[in-house]
Amino acid sequence: MNLFVFLQENYSTALYLTWEHLWMVGLSLLIAICTGVPTGIFITRNKQLAQKVIGGANVIMTIPSIALFGLMLPLLAVFGHGLGKVPAIIALVLYAELPIVRNTYVAIKNVDPALVDAGKGMGMSKWQLLREVEIPMAVPVIIAGLRTAVVMIIGIAAIAAYVGAGGLGVFIQQGIARSHESMVLAGALCVSLLAVAVDLAMGFLERRVTPGGMKP
Amino acid sequence: MKEESFRRPAAATGIRSLLLVAVFIAGIAAERIGLVEYLSDPWEREYVLFLAGQHLYLVAVSMAMALVTGLATGIIVSRKRFRKFAGVVMYVIGLGQTIPSLAVLALTMSFLGIGSKPAILALYIYSTLPIARNTLAGILSVSPAIIDAARGVGMSPVRILLEVEIPNALNVILTGIRIALVINIGTAALGYLIGAGGLGDLVFTGINLMRTELLLAGALPITILALAGDYLLELLSLLIVPKGIRMAG
Repeated sequence: MNLFVFLQENYSTALYLTWEHLWMVGLSLLIAICTGVPTGIFITRNKQLAQKVIGGANVIMTIPSIALFGLMLPLLAVFGHGLGKVPAIIALVLYAELPIVRNTYVAIKNVDPALVDAGKGMGMSKWQLLREVEIPMAVPVIIAGLRTAVVMIIGIAAIAAYVGAGGLGVFIQQGIARSHESMVLAGALCVSLLAVAVDLAMGFLERRVTPGGMKP
Repeated sequence: MKEESFRRPAAATGIRSLLLVAVFIAGIAAERIGLVEYLSDPWEREYVLFLAGQHLYLVAVSMAMALVTGLATGIIVSRKRFRKFAGVVMYVIGLGQTIPSLAVLALTMSFLGIGSKPAILALYIYSTLPIARNTLAGILSVSPAIIDAARGVGMSPVRILLEVEIPNALNVILTGIRIALVINIGTAALGYLIGAGGLGDLVFTGINLMRTELLLAGALPITILALAGDYLLELLSLLIVPKGIRMAG
């Protein structure tokens, strides 16, 4: 059980890397929410625009993560940020965008028109409708999008260790480079546990924010 | 209406000329970075092609195996006798998909050593999950009324599967295959790290040596491969999904 010995001896490094991993993912997710949710709401007004935006986000999603790091490196190197946290966070934000935009769009589109009509009949303004009817109804689906996004970018953040972003991928990278098997295993285990834990937490949040009347 | 028809072609020409400018700038950038020079060296070009071949080999072998297992798992679990396990299977698949690809590669490396075998195993496991998931979900979501009708006209279970359930679920199944293929191509690029070769070789070497031309010679083909795979499967779904179902979806 070399793995546990390794973790015991290096628990402070492991904790630090986990923290680094988490804040990178958290910051990217925050940026992606701040841009993605308004975009998703905005494109509900125009179907053609919506198709283009979601199609574009789909293309970004199709680009493999390591290739995206590779493509961004020469561009960002011009500003002196080719390696490190900046390219990692940009890539994570880009990947998180699709599930967030798509789920926000779908959720708001699927709000029962009768409800919106009722709101209109009560004399609500467009803003009030959005804030008091459409968004509350859409929140569970948006959270489900966030859940997909966060689990995915935890995995991509591990790959970002190869462009010097740090995080738990460092254990895997260093372990492979040094043929240090328990280090590789420790990295793989920590990343997987982190992803599973965050997934469970988001699932819990998803159930909590679903209004009682909408539960199946 | 009139305004719309007036505006669209103008926007289209705008986008087209922007694209032209982008291609032009990309060409200049490729020349300045040294990509053109790098790729016009016949030895280097041969090496890039060799790596691309290796990459495709990894993807093809793992995808072929994943298709067989994924479809079989989906179909078997959706049978009446095993349907009670559907929830458990879905849960396990979801859990598996939560595990990052790099971690799966690292885990297979730790018990198979280095080379293309562990990479193929990791790619195989990782792309079986979305195929199995979508096959199962697609077949389970076929309306029971349709299956009942098929039984009513005297179809055998096998014929119901082949002529009713699979055609109705085809759209969802093909989406699963598409997701699996794109993930597979991207993850195969990480195969270099555990000694499987592939185009990731150029990317990682390029990053380590800060040689942009190497980096791009790897990253561009990987991107093109992924986009082409996605596009081809979309075309395939247009070709083989029955028209009536496509309209509904």
